[in-house]
Amino acid sequence: MSAGTGSAVAPAIEVCDLQKRYGEIEAVRGVSFDVAAGETFGFLGPNGAGKSTTISILCTLAEPTGGTARVSGHDVVAERLEVRRRIGLVFQDVTLDDYLTAEENLRFHADLYGVPKAVLAERLRRVLEMVGLWDRRSGLVRTFSGGMKRRLEIARGLLHSPRVLFLDEPTVGLDPQTRSHIWEYIEQLRRREAVTIFLTTHYMDEAEHCDRIAIIDGGRIVAMGTPETLKEQVGLDRVVLRAPDQDQVTSALRDRFGLDPIISEGAVAIHVANGAEFVPRLFGELGVPVSSVSVARPTLDDVFMTFTGRTIRDAEASTSEVNATRPWMRAMRSR
Amino acid sequence: MSSEPGKGSEPVKASEAGEPFSTPEHTGASSDPLVGTAPAPVVAPTPAPVVAPTPAPVEGAVRLGASLDIAAVRIAGGGLRDDARAVAVVWRRELIRFFRNRLRILTSLAQPVLFLFVLGTGLASMVSARGGPQGSVLGAGIDFKTFMFPGVVGMTVLFTAIFSAVSIVWDREFGFLREMLVAPVRRGAIVVGKCVGGATVATLQGVLMLALAGLVHVPYSPTLILTLLGEMMLAAFMLTAFGIMLAARISQVESFQVVMQFFVLPMFFLSGALFPLSNLPQWLAVLTKVDPLSYAVDPMRRAVLSQMALSPRTRAVLGQGMSWDGWRLPVGLELGLVALAGVVVLAIAARRFARPE
Ligand SMILES: Nc1ncnc2c1ncn2[C@@H]1O[C@H](COP(=O)(O)OP(=O)(O)O)[C@@H](O)[C@H]1O
Ligand SMILES: [Mg+2]
Repeated sequence: MSAGTGSAVAPAIEVCDLQKRYGEIEAVRGVSFDVAAGETFGFLGPNGAGKSTTISILCTLAEPTGGTARVSGHDVVAERLEVRRRIGLVFQDVTLDDYLTAEENLRFHADLYGVPKAVLAERLRRVLEMVGLWDRRSGLVRTFSGGMKRRLEIARGLLHSPRVLFLDEPTVGLDPQTRSHIWEYIEQLRRREAVTIFLTTHYMDEAEHCDRIAIIDGGRIVAMGTPETLKEQVGLDRVVLRAPDQDQVTSALRDRFGLDPIISEGAVAIHVANGAEFVPRLFGELGVPVSSVSVARPTLDDVFMTFTGRTIRDAEASTSEVNATRPWMRAMRSR
Repeated sequence: MSSEPGKGSEPVKASEAGEPFSTPEHTGASSDPLVGTAPAPVVAPTPAPVVAPTPAPVEGAVRLGASLDIAAVRIAGGGLRDDARAVAVVWRRELIRFFRNRLRILTSLAQPVLFLFVLGTGLASMVSARGGPQGSVLGAGIDFKTFMFPGVVGMTVLFTAIFSAVSIVWDREFGFLREMLVAPVRRGAIVVGKCVGGATVATLQGVLMLALAGLVHVPYSPTLILTLLGEMMLAAFMLTAFGIMLAARISQVESFQVVMQFFVLPMFFLSGALFPLSNLPQWLAVLTKVDPLSYAVDPMRRAVLSQMALSPRTRAVLGQGMSWDGWRLPVGLELGLVALAGVVVLAIAARRFARPE
């Protein structure tokens, strides 16, 4: 209420030193960030990094144990209802009623949120058409595929025209084709609804869709910026060479360019500041037969690696081991 | 973005159907292109109607224009009207789910029918055999099944109510509870909706059982039916509230068994649904008096027995329902206690759900 007054453009989300601990577990250890209105902001991090916990707090479902957060200008602890009126949510796990039809699920939501009868029919049609489920509106959700459920949830999250839409791992567990569909909807959404989107993902390639991302690991933000600036921070491009004689190539690279090649997956990889300019030099000066060369700009994988010292896949592997030994977690989590 | 208005500055004047659904906060938000492209200002400075004044359903472009205004939806939150709507929508969901699952309706009927006709018949032969034809415990004019009938109706209501209430645990497991809890309505309203919904469903199921009255010599008298209906509703309300209070503490579907074994079955057996509450040993008598269901079954039994022609002796044995220290409780007091228990338990349940994690 008070926060928006005066400032020209209030951020859609303001988070300051947010913390959440569950007994011994520190799920979120002091994160701070702002999301501008209309921006698509992504949390990128492995399982267990604290992404869902942060979303729960921002959505008023969990209380922080430290720090503050405001959504659309309202404090998530003191002004819960105000926050809730302004947000739409797609949770990590499905939260539809299987025994209702798609339309009944949406109507339930619309009634709960007080969408006026006068506009409901049109709105219903619009969101269902957007996610391609208009024809299936009378189908029981029980009969829907995972991708359809996800789409229906996105439609539901938008039904009441929220200012801020939270998407917690919107594509997790879906096949690649459905994933790219979901992203089409999200892109469409950004254009048509001009809603601020806060999403989480542990897929590197998906983070590229965001205007800005924060890389989160172990409850802390380790890097934040546009995908481009983050990759620039990593700096070095990766050049991968294949050759009949790898050892010869390796020593030539070492002797003539002073580089430190790594052999991995049957190829020789080197990191250089500007890959595209390096390749012509390579051809001119290497003097050893090479069968193929490829240059890759740094990926977010490299970014994650740079800031955390491990790949996101390694990070996933270690947390999934932890989680496998704690089957009670699922029950706990859904509380 | 323009300044965000406080709750108090909502444009109450801009209500057409009594429901102001746009706030200046939305219309003034230039950061929101949807509103920016809206054909007309959504809130007029004068008390003009908010909705485009063409209520006729027009397809196509006109409607599209209207749909753009949606960004100006006034979202619920806090008001009594919002709470009432939340109660209604949660209630409706319970009913939809009840009627969609016909099989469950049938299976829920099976158990009480077995109790009434198998157990009831079996016990009847024993009860009447004991004293011989002359000195029968029950005396002439009443079948043991008739005696059991109100108890079995109560049982139907009990099991359906608890089952509906505990479906909150399933809602939690399958995530739907979160969809409800994150809505901009007070959680108490969700809990009340769930309670009223469960109570309605339990009453409906009880009505199905009530329909069998004729088979056990209970007359279909309108006063009796109406009385039983009201008493069932009250019992259903109290029991659903009780179930929700328990469900608030259960995080796993598996714990449902615990609820059944430690709360529901004892409640059922101690309620006097199957036997008269007279001449019980002290320990059992005390337990029956703490069971809230006893205070719901007794009035139903009284209503049924009042319709039967019974010898004074039979009435003395069977009619000896709930009493405190020899004082026979009036029906009004019994029902008042049931209602009170329901309200108290519901308040506890609502409090349990109001807390965030
Ligand atoms: N309700 C809870 N009780 C105890 N620990 C929890 C709870 N919710 C999350 N955690 C723990 O907090 C950490 C962060 O979890 P979460 O926010 O779900 O991660 P992410 O969404 O990034 O995968 C994990 O270690 C998880 O086990
Ligand atoms: Mg998560």
